Amino acid sequence: MRPPIQPHNLVLRIAAKMLIPPILMFALYVQFHGETGPGGGFQAGVIFAAAFILYALVFGIGLARAVATERLLRVLASLGMLLYITVGLASLFSGANFLDYDVLAQERMEGQHLGIFLTELSIGMTVAAVMIMIFFAFAERGVRP
Amino acid sequence: MITQHLPVLQVIVPLLTAPLCLLAQNRRFAWGASLAASGTAFLIAALLLAQTLEQGIISYELGGWSTPWGIEYRVDTVNAFVLLIVTAISSAVLVFAQRSVTREILSTRIPVFYAVYMLCLAGLLGIAVTGDVFNLFVFMEISALSSYTLIALSEQRRALTAAYQYLFMGTIGATFILIGIGLLYMMTGTLNMHDLSQRLPAVTATRTVETAFAFLTVGISIKIALVPLHLWLPNAYAYAPSVVSAFIAATATKVAFYVLLRFLFTIFGVSFAFKTMPLNLIFIVLALAAMFAGSIAAIFQDNIKRLLAYSSIAQIGYMILGISFASVTGLTAAILHLFNHALMKGALFLALGCVVYRLGMANMKQMRGLGRRMPWTMAAFALGGLSLIGVPLTVGFISKWYLVAGALERGWWPLAVAVLVASLLSLVYVWRVIEAAYFQAPLPAHNDETGEAPLSMLLPTWALILANFYFGIDTSLTVGVASSAAQQLLGVSE
Amino acid sequence: MSVLIGHYNYWIVIFLMMAGLYVVIAQGNLVKKIVGLNIFQASVFILFISMGKIEGGTAPIVKEGMSLYSNPLPHVLILTAIVVGVATTALALALVVRINEAYRSVEEDEIHEQDQSF
Repeated sequence: MRPPIQPHNLVLRIAAKMLIPPILMFALYVQFHGETGPGGGFQAGVIFAAAFILYALVFGIGLARAVATERLLRVLASLGMLLYITVGLASLFSGANFLDYDVLAQERMEGQHLGIFLTELSIGMTVAAVMIMIFFAFAERGVRP
Repeated sequence: MITQHLPVLQVIVPLLTAPLCLLAQNRRFAWGASLAASGTAFLIAALLLAQTLEQGIISYELGGWSTPWGIEYRVDTVNAFVLLIVTAISSAVLVFAQRSVTREILSTRIPVFYAVYMLCLAGLLGIAVTGDVFNLFVFMEISALSSYTLIALSEQRRALTAAYQYLFMGTIGATFILIGIGLLYMMTGTLNMHDLSQRLPAVTATRTVETAFAFLTVGISIKIALVPLHLWLPNAYAYAPSVVSAFIAATATKVAFYVLLRFLFTIFGVSFAFKTMPLNLIFIVLALAAMFAGSIAAIFQDNIKRLLAYSSIAQIGYMILGISFASVTGLTAAILHLFNHALMKGALFLALGCVVYRLGMANMKQMRGLGRRMPWTMAAFALGGLSLIGVPLTVGFISKWYLVAGALERGWWPLAVAVLVASLLSLVYVWRVIEAAYFQAPLPAHNDETGEAPLSMLLPTWALILANFYFGIDTSLTVGVASSAAQQLLGVSE
Repeated sequence: MSVLIGHYNYWIVIFLMMAGLYVVIAQGNLVKKIVGLNIFQASVFILFISMGKIEGGTAPIVKEGMSLYSNPLPHVLILTAIVVGVATTALALALVVRINEAYRSVEEDEIHEQDQSF
C-alpha cells in the first residue's frame, strides 16, 4: 500500500515526514496552554487537522483515510459535543446553574480548571474531527470521468 | 429542581439530540429521538409561558456568573410566546416528517437531516431565550447554517442555488448585525440586553449609536425578508423539501422578527427608534410595498410553493406595519400575527407537502381536479387559505382586526384601507388554487391512481388547521399574551 | 488630519468592507464571491479587535509586572465569529462543489441561463 518513492517530490515527502509529528505535538501544546498563551480548543483542533491534511496532500488519501475513517471521525465529533453538554449537565445535577464549573470539584479553582480543561478538550476533539471530515469530503469527491 | 433550569433546558434538549442522531445513523431512531426532543421542548415552552405569566421576567445566569458580566437567559412574555409557537410547529412538522422525508431526501442522508433539523431548532430556541446580544448572534448563525443545509438536502438541483443565495444574503445580514453589536459594545461596554437598555439612553446622541441602529435594522431586515431584501425567500421556500419549507416558513422569519422587536423596543427604546430615527415612515413605506408586491407577485405564480412564499413576504409586511404604529394595539397586532401566520403557513405548507408526497410536484397543472382525488388535503388547504385571507372565525381575521384597529386608532385611514385591499388580493391567489382543485377537470396525463395522503401526514396538517380555527374563536390565550407582551415591550422602554 | 491618521484602523475596515461587498455583488464566479464574503467578514474582525486595543496596554494574557491589558472580550467574540466564518465558508464551498456537479459550471450567468433561478 505504500506509494512508490518518486524523485520529483522527494523534498516534499521528507519535509512532511519531519514536520507532521511536531505539528501534532504543537497542537496538543496549544490545546492545553490556552490559559497562559494564545490557544484553546478551536486553534488546537485546526492545527491537529492540519497535520492530517498535510499528510493526505503529500502522500495521497489512501493511508490517511485508513487511519481517519468516516466512522471514527463521526464518532469523535459527536462525542466531543456530548462531552461538552455532559459537563454542563453535571453542573446542573450538582445543584448549580448550567456550566457552572465551581461545583465540579472540591475547591472552586480546581473546579474551574477541570471545567475549562474538559470543555476545551471536547471542542478540540470536535473541531479536529470536523475539519478532517470537511477535507476528506472535498478530496474524495473525485475526478470526473 | 428542574423547573428552575427550564430556560437552559429549552435549548439543551434539542442540542443534545443532534449528536445522538448522528451517532446512531438509524432512520427510525433519529426520527423518534427528534420527535421526543421536540415534544419535550414544547412542554418546556408551555411551562415557561405559564411561569412567566405568573412571576414576571425569568432570569437564568449561565455558568453562575452574575449579570451583566455573564451570559443571561431572560424570558418574558414575548420570548415565551415565540418559544411556544416554534416548538409547537416543530413538533407538528416532525410527526409529518416521518413519511414525507422518505420521498424527498436520499435515504442515506435522513439521519443527517434529523441531526441538522435538531441543530436548527436549538438555534431558533436559543435566539428566543437568550438575553445577551452576542449569544443571539451565535445562535442566529447556528440556525442559519442549519437551514442552508436543510434546504440543500433536497434532490432538486435548484435547491442548491437557492441555498447558495440564501447563504450569501443571510451571512451579509448576520455580519451587519455583528457590526451593530460591535458598535454598541464600543459605546456602552456591555453585551447584556437589559444592561444595554439601561446604558444606551446616555449615549444615543452619538453618531456611533445611530450607525449601529442602522446596521442592526438592515441586518435584521435581511433575515426577515423585508422588501426589498426579500430575494432569497421565494427560491428557498420553493425548492426545499416540503418538511423544511413548512418548518422554516413558519419559524425562521418569525424568530428574526422577534429579534427586531427585542432590539427596537427593549434595547433602543421606542422614543429613539421611532421619534429620533425616522423608522416610522420607512417601515410604513416598506410594509405597504411588501404587502402589495408580495400579493401581486403571488397571483402570477405557477409553482404553488412559490405562491405561498410570496404570500409570506406580504404577511411580513403586515407585521412590520403593526410595528410602525408604535402603539400597544399595533404591537399586539404584530405579535399576534407572528403567532397566527406561523399557524397558517405551517398548515398550508404541510397540506402542500401531502400533495408533493403523492404527486412529486406542486404546480397549478397538478392541482387540477385534486379536490376529488385528495379531499382531505385540499379541504385543509382551502381552510388554510380562508385563514390567510382573514375570514371571520379564523386567526387571520383576528390579526387583521387588530391591525385595522391600530391604524384607525392613529387616525391613518388609508393604511386601514390598504390592509383590506391587500386581503382582497390574497383572496385572488387563494381562489386560483381552489378553483383549479375543485372546479377544473384533471388533465389526462395526471389522472392516475394517486389517493389520499397517509394518516401520519394528514393528522398534523389538520391539527394545525383546527388550531387556526380554535385560536380564531377563543382568542383569550393569544390576544391576552400578545397584548401583555406588547405592554411589556413598550413599558420597558419608557 | 487627526481623523485621517488617528483613526486609520477604521479607514482600513471601511476599505475592506466595501471591497468585500463589491466582490460579492460584482463577481460572477461563485468561488470568487466566497472570497469576497471572507474579505467582508475579515473587515468586521479587524473592527472589533482594533477597537479593543488600549494605548499602552499589552496583550490580554496575565503576566507579572504588567498592569495595563488590552480588552480581552473582543478577542473572545472574534474567535467565535471566526469559527462561524469558517463554517460558513466550508458550507458555501460544499454548495459550490455540488452546484458544479449538477450544472457543470460555476459561473453565475451560465447557471442562471440553465434555469433562470437566481
